[in-house]
Amino acid sequence: MSGESLSLTMPTASPHAHAGGSVTRVMAKVMLALLPATLYGFWLYGWPAFHLFMFTIMFALFGEAFALRLMRRPAVPVLLDGSALLTGWLLALSLPPWEPWWIGAVGGLFATLVAKQLFGGLGQNLFNPAMVARVALLISFPVPMTLWVAPLPLGSVGAPGFAAGLQITLAGIPQLDAVASASLLGFAKTELSRGIDLLHAAANTPALSWVGARAGSLGETAALLIAGGGVAMIFMGIISWHIPVAMLAGIALPAALAHAIDPARYLDVTAHLLSGAAMLGAFFIATDYVTSPNTRVGQLIFGVGCGLLTWLIRTWGGYPEGVAFAVLLMNALTPAIDRLVKPRIYGRDRKGKPLDIAEPAP
Amino acid sequence: MGLIEKIFSLLEPAHWGVHPADRKRPAADVPVRTLPLPARLYVPLQQHIGAAARPIVLVGQTVLKGQLLAEAQGATSAAVHAPTSGIVAAIGDITAPHPSGLGFPAVTIESDGDDRWAYGYEGGVCVDPFSLPPQEIARRVAAAGVVGLGGATFPSALKLGLGLRAKIHTLILNGGECEPYLSCDDRLMRDCAAEIVDGIRIMLHATGATTALVGIEDNKPEAMAAMTAAARDFPDIQVRSVPARYPMGSEKHLFSALTGQEVPADGRTTDLGALVHNVGTAWAVHEALRQGRPLVERLVTLNGGALERPGNIRVPIGALVADVLAFVGLKTEPARLVMGGPMMGNRLPHARVPVVKGTSGILALTALEAASLDPGPCIRCSSCVRACPVGLLPLEMSARIGVDDLNGAVDLGLKDCIACGCCSYVCPSRIPLVHYFNHAKGELAAQGRAQLRNDAAKRLAAARVERLAREAQEKAAAAARRKAERAAQKAAEKAAAEAAQQASEEATA
Amino acid sequence: MIAAILSITLLGIALGFALGFAAQKFAVETDARVAEIEALMPGTNCGQCGYPGCPGAAAAIAAGEATVTVCPPGGKALATALAAKLGIDADLSGVSDEGPKIATIAEEICIGCCRCIKECPTDAIVGAAKQIHAVMREACTGCGNCVDRCPTEAVKMEPVPVTLQHWVWPKPKLEPAWA
Repeated sequence: MSGESLSLTMPTASPHAHAGGSVTRVMAKVMLALLPATLYGFWLYGWPAFHLFMFTIMFALFGEAFALRLMRRPAVPVLLDGSALLTGWLLALSLPPWEPWWIGAVGGLFATLVAKQLFGGLGQNLFNPAMVARVALLISFPVPMTLWVAPLPLGSVGAPGFAAGLQITLAGIPQLDAVASASLLGFAKTELSRGIDLLHAAANTPALSWVGARAGSLGETAALLIAGGGVAMIFMGIISWHIPVAMLAGIALPAALAHAIDPARYLDVTAHLLSGAAMLGAFFIATDYVTSPNTRVGQLIFGVGCGLLTWLIRTWGGYPEGVAFAVLLMNALTPAIDRLVKPRIYGRDRKGKPLDIAEPAP
Repeated sequence: MGLIEKIFSLLEPAHWGVHPADRKRPAADVPVRTLPLPARLYVPLQQHIGAAARPIVLVGQTVLKGQLLAEAQGATSAAVHAPTSGIVAAIGDITAPHPSGLGFPAVTIESDGDDRWAYGYEGGVCVDPFSLPPQEIARRVAAAGVVGLGGATFPSALKLGLGLRAKIHTLILNGGECEPYLSCDDRLMRDCAAEIVDGIRIMLHATGATTALVGIEDNKPEAMAAMTAAARDFPDIQVRSVPARYPMGSEKHLFSALTGQEVPADGRTTDLGALVHNVGTAWAVHEALRQGRPLVERLVTLNGGALERPGNIRVPIGALVADVLAFVGLKTEPARLVMGGPMMGNRLPHARVPVVKGTSGILALTALEAASLDPGPCIRCSSCVRACPVGLLPLEMSARIGVDDLNGAVDLGLKDCIACGCCSYVCPSRIPLVHYFNHAKGELAAQGRAQLRNDAAKRLAAARVERLAREAQEKAAAAARRKAERAAQKAAEKAAAEAAQQASEEATA
Repeated sequence: MIAAILSITLLGIALGFALGFAAQKFAVETDARVAEIEALMPGTNCGQCGYPGCPGAAAAIAAGEATVTVCPPGGKALATALAAKLGIDADLSGVSDEGPKIATIAEEICIGCCRCIKECPTDAIVGAAKQIHAVMREACTGCGNCVDRCPTEAVKMEPVPVTLQHWVWPKPKLEPAWA
């Protein structure tokens, strides 16, 4: 028989047909879903954002290649599966858009080298690599990582060109005060800590424009485009509705409750859902296959946990944004969720005991 | 059903396998062709579950079609009959249609071209099976060598007896044929519906069941129509449509689809009053009881992109796959030869293997159709969890098997796995999950056998120690006896000598 | 600061005492374990493990000197059982199984001296003086004691042929990083 080598020492097992999916295809579809929001972010924040994006992805890929070389494995086939690219992409979307290049570089390297390859490569990491990198950056470089800029769309007055943008990314922002701006969550936390409640501060809140024309990371401002991409992924069958709905519910329900009790102290539901990385987290980050539970019910628990923790950290924690921490904490719980929540086996009850003959099936 | 249970069952999607592309037509719509009689037929002695049959013919013997070649060994075994008339050329090994490439014994028949039936097949042609007691029907089915033609090849007489003893009330006929490419049951139902219905009625009588449900997947409307028409006069036979999904043909899943009940994990369908047989088996029962013919041929689906003229072929048992492929013609060299369906079939090492009773199909797949052999890492997407029709966790089980934690895999439900292939089918990383599970099951069975050997060795060693001790004891006892005898003899001699001396003393005194 | 140092020190001392007490009170009797381990072993005292018979190997395993894979005739089944009993993870990669070798006697060379018969711990060899000897395959554990005793080298260890009934799918070999 031509075309396939037959080895009698390693016989081929059934099945001999396949549904046709592949890891690369899945990654490609996710990136397709992210594309609208990403392009919008480039337009909104200009060339520096694009350069940061490229640096992050480059170093993410480099970290993966370096790890593979150390393990003496061919790098190109693994890089082509698209997972390192996606990790870098998600990390870049969660960074402040005008960050210096080395933030993106350190983050990208950390994400693939430490958070993914050190654990054993694709499928072996316990924590979401993009979020690990983001948290590492946040803790290590708190000042740059909370430096948000107001949107300066391409083509508008004062927007840097390609070369000027590159200079900003490489050398830093020249006139910081002119462009720095607080994100909504950051503003809320600072005002509350100064004793000014939200209703009085409302006049000065950064505009929560529905098209996201306000300060924030690349991925957070285009919240609706992100949600649209997420819904597209659900229709493509890449993810299911369970984690996004659960996570958004986990944020919305406590937010609604708290805002109803004390609107001066607690942000309302829309603010919570559209700001920060809530949408990005719900659709693209918490739904990461490797670090989320296997079963649908387990995913619901995971999603609710992520949402709840996000709201708690945002409201009472030390940081204005809680998605990264919440996702990492729930990642740690995923093995426990998987152990406790398993599908029911045909012919057995939930505990694994064979069904009694007289009993009807659950 | 508790509240938690209700919530879980609402939120968890129903586990119903996968829906692969059908690929049955146009092969299913082509009329059945008969394979021209090959020059040589290689009839294996093991075409069924259980002990191999024992040959009762000799090399050089002339046999007629349907003549008994090998008799069943014990209850879980089946007889093997000559598929054509001719001379027994050899009784030896031939490559088995098995991925291992190992051989198994077979009787080689050199056909004389006449294809003459033997008369005087045990019991003769039976006119009214309904006048016979159920046990006699089972005996005739056994004598005809009928085994489950769905692919499992369980001896049918044994199964009928099981049904009778379990006092089943429903006979389920499996017309599902859920595997892609295959259509032999479809064709059989379209062309021989009356014979199948007759076989069903005989099986109802043989098991004491009152109702027969024929489950046919909804992608076979012609078969549905034919069977419904044939069963019209028999109200106890109901033909039902079931959704086309793989593995609907799995016994437990078909049972659940038709009756809504679930078979307990350690039980069988007979525990719930039902017995499942393939429609092809019903046809074979009809042939055995009404025509007096043993199982010597069957319909085999020839399909796959590499074939010239795919379709269903009537093939005598023992014909080489190479002969059948030559008959249907090959467009290109097949990248993979499979016996059975693509989901659970066995890859053939080459084409010189015989067609056996369980051969439902032979697939000649092109490189495009055959699944690639290039696995990647598990990305924990849990597509396999959603695809598994039994509700297992294939990704977790294979991870444990990968590190040789077989008991861990068993704890997750490895023994409930039916090896249907749904998990590997959907895996985007192309991980050979079923290969892992087959390996683990075989490894556990081998360890069980090794354990039995260990126990036996222990007993033998203990027996030897006891034997040596006993022999030493007997030796010591024999030595002591001899010593006592010699001492007694010596004492007797001494007494005799003393007596003689005394006598001589008295004589002289 | 003094309070901190003092409290941690006291805690350490208290926990140390607790651990010592537990080590004494909950210590596992090795003698009982040795007997249990020996019960699992084949009991043929073939010596392939290098220890003086099965009791010797059992003592070594209980003491931690020998690994659970030390017994070749026991194979993977024994190694797994021992690992379960001792509560450890066993590396089974080096263990071959199903008694890979069985003794066979070449009948043309055998002179019927009975030396191998006396040596076999499971009485697997049948024969008598000046009669051809033969090995009962089901009883042979592959210990190899008989091979050295034969004066004409008629006894050889041969691999057990694999049949369709006993063939096992080999474990799939994937890349090391994700095996």
